[in-house]
Order: sequence, then structure tokens, then C-alpha cells
Amino acid sequence: MSTIIFKVNQAFGPVVEGQVLISQEGFSPRYDLDRWTGFITKPGHKLEGENIKDKICFFPTAKGGIAAGWAFFDIQHKGIAPKALIFGVTNPVMVQGAVLANIAITQGWSHHPSDVFQNGDWVRVDPGKRTIELIKRAD
Amino acid sequence: MQAGSMTLTSEEQAMLRGERGEAVKKAIEFQIEVGKFFNAKRFVPITNAHMMGDIEVMGDGGLGFLKDACEMKTRCSIPITTNARCMDFRYVEKLGQDAGEAVKEKQIITYLKQMNVIPTDTCINYQTVYQPTLGEHIAWGDTGTVIYANSVFGARSNFESGPAALSAAITGRTPEYGFHLNECRRGTFVVKLEAEPEDLADWGAIAKLVGESHQNYYAVPVFAGVHRKPSPDELKHLGSALASYGSMGMFHMVGVTPEAPSLAAALGGRTPDGEMLVTQAMVEQVYRSYDLKDRNGNLVVFSGPQLSLFEMKNLSERFKGRKVHPGTQVFVTTYRGVRSSAEGIGYLKDLEDAGVEVLEGVCFYILQNLSQMRIRNGWVNMVSNSAKIVNIIGAHRFNTILRRTQDCVDIACSGTIA
Repeated sequence: MSTIIFKVNQAFGPVVEGQVLISQEGFSPRYDLDRWTGFITKPGHKLEGENIKDKICFFPTAKGGIAAGWAFFDIQHKGIAPKALIFGVTNPVMVQGAVLANIAITQGWSHHPSDVFQNGDWVRVDPGKRTIELIKRAD
Repeated sequence: MQAGSMTLTSEEQAMLRGERGEAVKKAIEFQIEVGKFFNAKRFVPITNAHMMGDIEVMGDGGLGFLKDACEMKTRCSIPITTNARCMDFRYVEKLGQDAGEAVKEKQIITYLKQMNVIPTDTCINYQTVYQPTLGEHIAWGDTGTVIYANSVFGARSNFESGPAALSAAITGRTPEYGFHLNECRRGTFVVKLEAEPEDLADWGAIAKLVGESHQNYYAVPVFAGVHRKPSPDELKHLGSALASYGSMGMFHMVGVTPEAPSLAAALGGRTPDGEMLVTQAMVEQVYRSYDLKDRNGNLVVFSGPQLSLFEMKNLSERFKGRKVHPGTQVFVTTYRGVRSSAEGIGYLKDLEDAGVEVLEGVCFYILQNLSQMRIRNGWVNMVSNSAKIVNIIGAHRFNTILRRTQDCVDIACSGTIA
């Protein structure tokens, strides 16, 4: 199998591996997330009922919101943070929050993630190389 | 010296080497990482910062962060104020908030004061505390404050989260990217307003239509055709809802905002990506779009952003001589100084006589323990004239409904959503 590489434009953070979770809707930890359990709880959110803990989360956009600056640090402290946040377009607050919490974060993507990955795929995010590599397909 | 994309001055290099203390070193290291992500070329000096910092969003991790910062003798070098917090301490017991968390919230305030932060506890600092001037570089959060500063004052700020605004106040600067740069401030698309908004909620409804369909921090709508000059409170509701639904940090309004004397000036030579028409029918459709569930109106909220003195006056006149329906709870949140003025003038008495609770220093959607409060009080629907709060409170699983101000008052007094 040839290596499947997904390119991003901007990136920060450590090299991480985890399961893919793709959202067709934007994200805010204030608007959408139960910050005590890691579940997406906003009624009607495309990922309602999913848990972001340890996931490589793909979101097309950032919603809101100033809360992420502290909230990512908080959920990291609680042990329910995602491994990486992969945004189509993000905003400064998401980046500030991810930097403070040392969570990998990227912006801009070479393909729509649904064209390349599916939920449950195991991938490696390398912010230094600005790549996301498929390691193993979901069963 | 280069740090990634950023060129540092000799003073910034000294900060980075730790010559201005460990706290300054940590702050500028954090800022450089953020600046590198956005390909900032340099720092820009700032004159004012405004930060979010409360236990509901910070948690024990954030509290520990501030404790460590205090132990490092961290001290802000420029004026910095705080955003709305999650507790009005007079209401902790009545609202069933956690006594233990209240102790932590007070500890946060103590830490921030030690660091030279002014605990104003307001999300309408631009109406009550500090009004920046055209071209002034600042570092503000929450998002409603940022979009107002950029759009209405012509000042320059990105969304700066709590730790980012605090870092900016410590170093006296912020990475120069986004809305600090001319190219990001030009309008990207045109919104032709055929609607004639009259109520605060109408402006929020317009922002919902524009923001939801253009969700992008770098999208800058240019409103054209406004039928009259909106008031500061109307611009407040438009801006805070654009920031909420669209994650937008700036808008122009032709003939109203300082960088939009004309449509051409607002676009700054850019060909707009498109034009959107907003009609009165579209605004009315927003109001019709909400699921009313069992039509129970036992929670009505005027908050997000906090109310100005003009809003307090207006609301007190609408409630004067009326009574909130038994079983319905009505909350207003405002800035401490506004509440105090409203008390002195008599607006507060009219509201309280009607059964309205007026909280100070908080915003409803960030109240500590809100999910539990919702369950305990049997709240399903939340009715508000604020499009922002209707959008932002979702994680607490409210069914939210936007209504015009008078409709909200009537629902509060009847207990039923018509």
C-alpha cells in the first residue's frame, strides 16, 4: 500500500498518533463540549454523543469563542483532551489554547478529510512536517 | 534575531533570555509560538488588554497556572481588565452554585489582583471602562469586545483568550497578525440590508443569518443600505452575534463605522467574494425557525452581552407595574457600575418589584454549575433577546429561542411562549 499523506498549511505541537474523528460542523469547547466528560453535547451537533478524548479531531471551522484559551488547558488537566485538532480554518483562540496546553493543532488542508480518512482510522500527525499520515485503516 | 517567522527587537530578545524575569520569559515564549503559527513577522506594542479568567472555564488546571504565575512574581506592565465571571457572590447560594468553587473563584480574583489585573468583571468594557481610538493596538477578549473594538472604534485586536491577553499585558505587546494588519481589515463580502431592524434581537437575527453562512474568522462583512444609524447597543448585539455565529472579528457598516466612509473604502480595493441580501422576511423567518417544545416560558434571560444603562432603563420601563409569572425566572446580567447606577436612578427597583433578578459581574451562559441549575429548575426552553446567548449556551442542553425584547417581557409575565 502506498503511504497516504494529508498536508496541512500551518501547524504547532508534538508528533501524536490517534483515531480519526471527522466533523462536518465547526467546533467550540464552550458551545459544543461537556468539559467535564469530553462528550459533544450540543443538541443537533454533527458529532453529538461522540467523545473527543485522545482523538485526532477534524473540524472545518472554529466557532466563537474566547473560552478555548483556558478550556484546552483545563481538559488536558482533566485527562479528556483530544490528541490533535485539525482545522480547515481556525481562529487565534484555538491556537492560543492549544499552544498553552501543548496540544497539536493545524490549519488548512490539502483535501477534504472525508476524501482521505474515515472515522476510526489510525493516523500520525507531524506538525514539524505539516503532515498527517495514515497508519492503519479502521476495521 | 529571528524566532521562526518573527524578528525580535533587542528588548524582546532580553525578555526571551530571561533578563526581565521568568514570568516575562514564559509569556513571550508562548506568544512567539502563537506568532509563528500565524506567520507574524514581529510584535506590536499594545496599550490595553482585557482577559477572561474564571473558575468555570479555567478549572483547577487554570487556577494552578495562576498560582504558579503569582509565585513567579508575574506583574502586568500595561492596564488590563477582566471579562464577566461565573459568579455573583451574592447569588451563589440562591442559584445553588458550588461553595467550594466560589472559594476558588475568589482565589482567582486575588491572584489576578496580585498580578496588577483590574477585576472589572465586564464583557462591555467598551461601553463602561475603556474606549480605544482609531488604529490603537490592543489585546482583548471576549469576542464581542474584539469585534466592537475593531469595527466601531477602528482599534486593532485579534481574539485574545485569557492566557494570551494576560501574556500581552505582561510583555506589553502582541504578535502582529490578523486584524493588526491592514490587509485583514478590508471587507471580504457585502451584505445588502433591505431589512429594517428595530429591536436588539433583529440585529442579532441579521448576524445569525450572515455569520452562520460565512463562518470564518477572516471573513469581514460590509453592511450597506442600513436604514438608519444603529445605536451602540444595536451595534453591540450585531457584533457579538457575528462573532458568535461566524467567529468573525470585524465588520464594516457603510456610513457608520470609521473605516467605511464608503463601500469602496471598506473593501480597500478588494473585489468582494460575493453579495448577500438580507430582507425583513428573512429576519421574520429566523423567529419562526425555533422549536418551542411545550411553549413553557419559565426562563427568560437578558444577558450575553451584559446590559448597558440604556438597556436597563428600557427594560425597567417595560417591566414597570407588571409581575413575572409565578414559576418563571427572569435574569438580567450587567456591569457592577451599571447596576449601581440603575439602583441609584430607580430602574433596579422597578425591575426587582416585577420579580426580575439583576446579577452583576457575570454573564448567564458562563454561570458555574449551569447544567445542574437547568435540571434542578426544570428549565427546558431559554428565551432571550440576545442572539449570541441563544447560540452559545448549547452545550448545557437548553432549547433556546430568540424573541424581540417586548415578546421576552410578555413571555416572562405570562409564562407561555406565544
